[in-house]
Amino acid sequence: MDHRIIDQQLDVLRDKILLLGGATESAVQRAMQSLVERDSVLAKQVLEEDKIIDQMELEIDRLSIEILALQHPAAHDLRFVISVAKITPILERIADHAGSIAEAALVINIEPLVKNYVEFPMMAQTAAEMLRSALDAFTNEDAQLSREIIERDKEIDTSYKKVFNALLEMMIDNPSATTGAAHLLFVAKHLERIGDYVKDICELNVYLREAAFIKHSRLI
Amino acid sequence: MENKIRVSNLNFFYGKAQALYDISLEVPERQVVACIGPSGCGKSTFLRTLNRMNDTIPIARADGEVIVDGENIYAPGTDVVALRRKVGMVFQKSNPFPKSIFDNVAYGIRINGIQTSKTDLNDRVEKALHDAALWNEVKDRLNTSAFGLSGGQQQRLCIARALAVQPEVILMDEPASALDPIATQKIEELVVELKRDYTIVIVTHNMQQASRVSDRTAFFMLGKLVEYDSTQKMFQNPNEKLTEDYITGRFG
Repeated sequence: MDHRIIDQQLDVLRDKILLLGGATESAVQRAMQSLVERDSVLAKQVLEEDKIIDQMELEIDRLSIEILALQHPAAHDLRFVISVAKITPILERIADHAGSIAEAALVINIEPLVKNYVEFPMMAQTAAEMLRSALDAFTNEDAQLSREIIERDKEIDTSYKKVFNALLEMMIDNPSATTGAAHLLFVAKHLERIGDYVKDICELNVYLREAAFIKHSRLI
Repeated sequence: MENKIRVSNLNFFYGKAQALYDISLEVPERQVVACIGPSGCGKSTFLRTLNRMNDTIPIARADGEVIVDGENIYAPGTDVVALRRKVGMVFQKSNPFPKSIFDNVAYGIRINGIQTSKTDLNDRVEKALHDAALWNEVKDRLNTSAFGLSGGQQQRLCIARALAVQPEVILMDEPASALDPIATQKIEELVVELKRDYTIVIVTHNMQQASRVSDRTAFFMLGKLVEYDSTQKMFQNPNEKLTEDYITGRFG
């Protein structure tokens, strides 16, 4: 049988999650850009577009449930639908973090320029690269790449610690920069969380490919 | 877990046509094994080798071993009647006898020459009807014709009839394929209930049914056993691409 009814629906589901992935990636990248380039118009755009991402999440939820209820997928089809249904809210949460970074940018951008953003660009770049690679790994069902990305989360954690300490020192040395630095601390935390979420996506990529649960593997 | 049945290198022929090729598998005690596969794949033939039901076909021939409780049932001198008492069978189409509900269930006990007092017989019939989840529906009309029952009830009556002779293994050949969804659900619940006391091998075309009721699933194709594993594994991540293609409807 060349064309199954479920194939068409799985293709639509795949298209929808890739669109959501693209939109999320763009939100993170532009939120950071709005901060680094002090572009509040861009920050507002990111916040405005979060609704579109929420809408995409709803559509994917609806379609995933419909496929489960009506097509009774099994084996790889089942793992695909489950992975999509679990990755979707993760992407939506990453987009929420991008929104929070954009909100922080709106505050920081009207404060005096904090001397420099220390490791921020690198941390943001790592997070964005990890997200892009995780989505590529999902598309290609590449478990090996997913495992490599999971390892990269440590880079973000290390950067977070450096950024945290640098901002703390900045607040002690220059109390007038406290407001900006405090908001930047939140931004750093958002980026660190994005790294954790990308890791979760990669764990689901491994499940999709190998039917193996690597999350909380010490409990299995 | 002990194996109730162990099949080793079983080949089966209808005359010159080979229907089963080198089948080896084990059926653990008090578990449900589902046999799935496209029409003509040999799953019903396989089922019928487990209590030598194919013996009724003159040109049929089996080689290999089917060990039930340590005894090869194809060994010369096997008491086939005793074997079928131990390994009972329920067919696709319910086939009650033109008798009362009570006499249908008592039939096996009487024909097997099992000596019982009237009270014992009543008790055994009642227990079999209870075990087949039919007692509450028929207890007030035990002496009426079995033909007055619905299709689903008739099938459960046949299960009760099989249970009455106290088998240890029950073979079911598509027991719910002619039933509506409610009656099907009752049969499925019954299968799950029965595995507390019996070992069950069930042939089904309904993949969801196999996944709902069985502990292990055997996938047959063109007379060969393609894959046999836990039902969880078979429906989530089968090893063989053929299995994956079949259970996801890529062919059928």
